[in-house]
Amino acid sequence: MSRAVTATLRVNGEERTVAFPGHHTLLEVLREECALTGTKHGCELGECGACTVLVDGRPVLSCLTLACQHEGREIETVEGLADGNRLGPLQVAFADLGAAQCGYCTPGILMAAEAMLREQPRPSRERIAEQLSGNLCRCTGYLKIVEAVEWAAAVRRGEDAGPPPEILFGHPEPGRPGGDAPGRRPSETASSNT
Amino acid sequence: MNDENRSPADAAADAADTSPSSAGRYIGAPFRRVDGRAKVTGDTRFADDLVFPRMVFVKLVRSTVPHARVGAIDFSAAREVPGYLGHLVGDDLPIPFGILPVSQDEHALALDKVRFVGDPVAAVAATTEDAATEAALAVGVEYEQLATIASLEEALATPEPRIHELERSEGNVHKAVSYRFGDLEAGLAEADLFLDDLFYYEGNTHLAMEQHACVAVPEDDDRVTLYSSTQTPHYVHRALTRVLGLPASRIRVVATSNGGGFGGKSDPFSHEMVAAKMALVLGRPVKVVLTREEVFYCHRGRHPVLMSQRTGFTKDGRITAQHLKTVLDGGAYGSYGVASTYYTGALQTVTYKLPRYAFDGVRTFTNKPPCGPKRGHGTPQPRFAWEVQLDKAAHRLGIDPAELRLRNLEEPDAVTANYLQLGTIGLRRCIEAVVEGSGWRERYGKLPEGRGLGLACGSYLCGAGLPIYWNHMPHSGVQLQLDRSGGVAVFCGETEIGQGSDSVLAALVADVLGIELGDIRLCVADTDLTPVDLGSYSSRVTLMMGNAAIQAAERARELVAQAAGDALEVPVSRLVFADRRVFDAETPADGMTFQEAVILAEARFGTLGTTGSYTPSRNPARYRGSGVGSSPTYSYSAAVLEVEVDPLTGLYRPAHVWIAHDIGRSLNPVLVMGQVEGSVYMGLGEAMMEEQVFRRLPPSRSSALVHKMPSLLEYKSPTFHDMPPVTTYLIEDPDPAGPMGAKEVGQGPLLPIMPALSNAIFDAVGARVDQVPIHPHMVLKALSAKDRRYGPRAFPEVDFGPPLHVPTPAEGGDGRAIDDPRHRRTHGIRSADGTMTTREEALRAQHAAGLTTG
Amino acid sequence: MLRLPPFRLRTPSSLEEAARIVAGEGPAARFVAGGTDLWPNMKRRHQKADTVVSLMAVPGLAELRGDTGGNLEIGGTVTLDRVERDERVQTRFPALARAVASISSPPLRNMGTIGGNLCVDTRCTYYNQTEEWRRSIDYCLKEEGTVCWVAPGSSRCWAHTASDSAPMLAALGARVRLAGAEGEREIPLADLYRDDGIDYLGKRPEEVLSRVVVPAEADAGHCRSAFWKLRRRGSIDFAVLSVAVALWQEHGVVTRARIHLGAVASWPVGAEKAAEALVGRPVGDEEAIREAAKLVRRVATPMDNTDFLAQWRGVMAERYAESALREASGLEVTGLAPNHRLVG
Ligand SMILES: Cc1cc2nc3c(=O)[nH]c(=O)nc-3n(C[C@H](O)[C@H](O)[C@H](O)COP(=O)(O)OP(=O)(O)OC[C@H]3O[C@@H](n4cnc5c(N)ncnc54)[C@H](O)[C@@H]3O)c2cc1C
Ligand code: SF4
Ligand code: FES
Ligand code: FES
Repeated sequence: MSRAVTATLRVNGEERTVAFPGHHTLLEVLREECALTGTKHGCELGECGACTVLVDGRPVLSCLTLACQHEGREIETVEGLADGNRLGPLQVAFADLGAAQCGYCTPGILMAAEAMLREQPRPSRERIAEQLSGNLCRCTGYLKIVEAVEWAAAVRRGEDAGPPPEILFGHPEPGRPGGDAPGRRPSETASSNT
Repeated sequence: MNDENRSPADAAADAADTSPSSAGRYIGAPFRRVDGRAKVTGDTRFADDLVFPRMVFVKLVRSTVPHARVGAIDFSAAREVPGYLGHLVGDDLPIPFGILPVSQDEHALALDKVRFVGDPVAAVAATTEDAATEAALAVGVEYEQLATIASLEEALATPEPRIHELERSEGNVHKAVSYRFGDLEAGLAEADLFLDDLFYYEGNTHLAMEQHACVAVPEDDDRVTLYSSTQTPHYVHRALTRVLGLPASRIRVVATSNGGGFGGKSDPFSHEMVAAKMALVLGRPVKVVLTREEVFYCHRGRHPVLMSQRTGFTKDGRITAQHLKTVLDGGAYGSYGVASTYYTGALQTVTYKLPRYAFDGVRTFTNKPPCGPKRGHGTPQPRFAWEVQLDKAAHRLGIDPAELRLRNLEEPDAVTANYLQLGTIGLRRCIEAVVEGSGWRERYGKLPEGRGLGLACGSYLCGAGLPIYWNHMPHSGVQLQLDRSGGVAVFCGETEIGQGSDSVLAALVADVLGIELGDIRLCVADTDLTPVDLGSYSSRVTLMMGNAAIQAAERARELVAQAAGDALEVPVSRLVFADRRVFDAETPADGMTFQEAVILAEARFGTLGTTGSYTPSRNPARYRGSGVGSSPTYSYSAAVLEVEVDPLTGLYRPAHVWIAHDIGRSLNPVLVMGQVEGSVYMGLGEAMMEEQVFRRLPPSRSSALVHKMPSLLEYKSPTFHDMPPVTTYLIEDPDPAGPMGAKEVGQGPLLPIMPALSNAIFDAVGARVDQVPIHPHMVLKALSAKDRRYGPRAFPEVDFGPPLHVPTPAEGGDGRAIDDPRHRRTHGIRSADGTMTTREEALRAQHAAGLTTG
Repeated sequence: MLRLPPFRLRTPSSLEEAARIVAGEGPAARFVAGGTDLWPNMKRRHQKADTVVSLMAVPGLAELRGDTGGNLEIGGTVTLDRVERDERVQTRFPALARAVASISSPPLRNMGTIGGNLCVDTRCTYYNQTEEWRRSIDYCLKEEGTVCWVAPGSSRCWAHTASDSAPMLAALGARVRLAGAEGEREIPLADLYRDDGIDYLGKRPEEVLSRVVVPAEADAGHCRSAFWKLRRRGSIDFAVLSVAVALWQEHGVVTRARIHLGAVASWPVGAEKAAEALVGRPVGDEEAIREAAKLVRRVATPMDNTDFLAQWRGVMAERYAESALREASGLEVTGLAPNHRLVG
């Protein structure tokens, strides 16, 4: 009953022909047949967003869709976000602001954010929260993620706005001189390895 | 004090005139974490991302009954599943294990009994995960059911059947402890106000996004490597050694990057034992990936705790004494439970002056997944009681809650009533920051009905003062290897679970040697290759690994400086390590590259390697059980939370959180903020919605006792929309015990959040919820209750055993109990693996094993 | 990983073919559209199928158009995301847009369809569990067992309706088209449902929900509507209660009203008495609204089979009914409103 199927999938712009049992999900086939283990899983039931990939530019939970239904569609995973060895603005922002702590939710969130920024280059905070609200993160409390998306959106728009110092150093301690920390930008301190 | 015990600060002070100096670029700056790039490209390899040739899959067959003797297990249908390779049962791995030496009560697969729904019974291997799943579902198990125990009250009231046949306790009590630090009655007699409250804190779980996974790879006739998402590879290594019966040198445990831990991956687990064994049996790599439901069964999360707290206050708000009683629902196994029990009492003394203190605690066994350490281990529950009761006291006394706390602040470097040696205390600044930031003085008590502010504080360890098994070896070791490339390889057993420990390690070494992060290569969390670090728990890593790293790096710097100093003809004390150069502080142009200096050093000293290690110094307590709670220093936090409450429905929404954390020194402020914000988030989850709760079906029809909702959908973890804005203040006041002054941040900032919410709801609508999580119906019920309160109404009769009386320092005590027959110093016995036990315990163990007759 | 059991996937290219396959194979066959309900249920193995028939390749089923006489027609496989973002829906049927926007989470709305949402299985925390978990309670009436654990004395299943669009569309008086092997029929959407947690759909298994027709008379020009949904978190969660209201008025007096509730019964139960209590009363008559809200509570039968305390959900049925009616009447709404976001 579980017949093997052969399908040609287009992932991150590359075609590959793979064979797999017909009931396998896109998540399973990406990780197990395509060796693209960047896409994660936390529930396999649509409840966490860790497995989010883009299909024809829109976010899809790869744990809840069959791989065999994706021939002829454009599939994008976290492995496709960088331009060669250069990280994209979302990736830079997530890495520099600590928006990825354990990093397990990160691929799914990056893909959901990527889909949003393509449609809406200047999202409000509310909009960012809504578009990413299908993705759970247990480490960050989401704040650094929202800030990273805002910063990346600005960079993508060509605005050279660094994150404000309180995102990097905390708020200045009230009533204490020098509590106001010098606002060094992460791009000046640590982005040399993009 | 031997050399290993000296803090780097001491060493630096002694050597100030002879040592070279460094000017690093990372510490204190928001540099990108060293694993940041891999985490945004999908390159980080988590355990389930590992693939090996010929790899096969194992599924555990878990108990579907809560308490039973295991009868026949039928694999006949499983064998028919195409791809089936074999199975294991309890008798294949008969040696018990457990994280604490006193609680070796788990078996990889049930030997005789199962104790909760989800307890592993058997394991099947197959060529694919699909086949392993089908085969596991096809295994038939016969059970002879026993009566079940569902709650801590039931456990206390039901001596039979016993979930464990422990010698040292009775019925379903796992551990009971009782202490009197000072003359409690005298303290209470001084009180003008006397509060006696009951609190309940529901259990909850870590819910790391990555499900536990491991791969075991057989390496030779009798060697196996286990790659596992564990926070404690060293303890897993020890457990595997026992359970597999192999020499420790034949087992290698490598901790893969953890996709979150929070304490949930700090025990050795069945699936790890089973994978290793199956790999040795089949001679093939074996992968086990748990489903989300199985992760709920591994649990080891927050204990449900019922608390009774009596505290005395004088009119002007001074605290005179406290008597805290806790009852823990431990679930079906020991895990860290003995330590958890002590932790529900140990840290009540470190924030406010508490001259006399009595603590009684008891942990019970129930037929549910075992509880253990979750972020804050054992302390959020009593902290909730403490901070809510302080709020009540403030109202009764007519003192502002912030002011009440400020009046009672503990002194830096004090020794508490229970003999904890404190370090620096940044709590005053923390309270002042959140009071100022939130507009507390203008707004508290004055907001319109339905809006309120709540304040609470907390404190946490910077590493447990004692290791989990008694030994005299370092808690953390770091080894450096310098080579002619100018690069430095850093070896350390520490485990990256998302908290950023790899980055702290690399940055400390880079800054001491004045080089770049790119020059550092890390080799971590590998029991074959790296010196032991005890693991990522108790907020110990930054402090302990950090101090060890600094020591190793300073020793390396010394060697390189000697060679460079001779070549430059500059005294070593004038040399500066910075910008990948070694140069004369007086004429910076006179110098050489770091690489050139290393080459000179290698030529002079041979292959270059140094080590550093850290062992906490002894705390002043000498009474039995005093090991839990001691720490090189403590972090402090304060929070103000603003809430909106709808009095018609009980619905509420946190509107803003201001939090200040006493970090000592931020090694990397952006990572520190991440920990603070993540703690606030997790605290809010616990305060508002998270709970690990169970269902028992009508006993007349069923004996089932099941997890109510083992899924990410029904176990409620806050989403993007549920997180309020947070204003974070990092309070810097370097602590001499910390590496470059740093304290912990991973756990402490969670502690104030739950009580801050309860206190804020009171300010908003004048009703108290003495329970966590705070469901909206509780707010509604509190509003209509006569005493405007929702919470537990009864505390069971408990025998905590005879108390140990310990006079406090103020009473002239010396840290010993006055009535402990065992306070005479007993010498330890060291076993082959370095474990120390008391002579008495060792003899008892030998006796039990029939090895000796005396 | 939790994986799907094996099955055969069929991808017919016409409604007749789809219906014929399912009619031929009987209970061993099921339809799938977005799969966001079926796949989790099959992974947990409380829904089983040897053959799964995908509707996604049936031409014309994914059309959304404002058709004859101003009715809005939504094809069965139109994704929730498209409904939510559609300008006609947003301007003419804003409460429907809000109801759809409140479903699950953005990626799930991008996958899930309106047809799947209207046919979504009923839910219960004794049922939406894995095979192993359900073994440990010896299953329940809805699947393989003999007892309903929610109400052990009862002979029926009390699993609750889970769809958020169903109560809203019922309140708006929508109709659905069902395509069987022998052609299509159109029925009022409210008649699609039965008050039974197991046999919850009043359609034959092989009938495909091909189209939803939202009548012009229910649009913002003629009717005032509101949708309130209660759930624990701001996203992902199913409703534990939803209240959908639609009011028609003439000269400031309510002439017709419909109120349907989600998640507090096995079907999107209508609160007819409550609706009647409003008719003939001025729009925004606070007394009438309070009366109606009390009557709403009577038809809600929240059970202990989802999140939150069941009794409190009953209290909330009254509160949310009052709030939704106030909103639809143009009155100020106090208290905490749910966060149903419609963000551009
Ligand atoms: C985490 C999570 C949260 C969710 N939250 C919500 C929520 O808040 N509110 C809510 O309403 N739903 C929710 N859902 C359920 C589901 O995602 C939606 O109901 C969705 O609209 C279902 O559509 P689908 O196309 O994916 O359905 P499918 O899974 O494809 O189908 C669902 C059922 O309908 C049948 N079916 C599908 N299409 C047709 C058709 N055209 N004709 C006849 N039968 C058909 C199928 O046979 C199946 O039985 C949630 C799901 C998940 C996993
Ligand atoms: S309501 Fe009863 S029969 Fe229906 S799913 Fe729940 S437990 Fe089963
Ligand atoms: S793994 Fe797909 S949503 Fe959780
Ligand atoms: S970074 Fe760990 S779950 Fe999001």
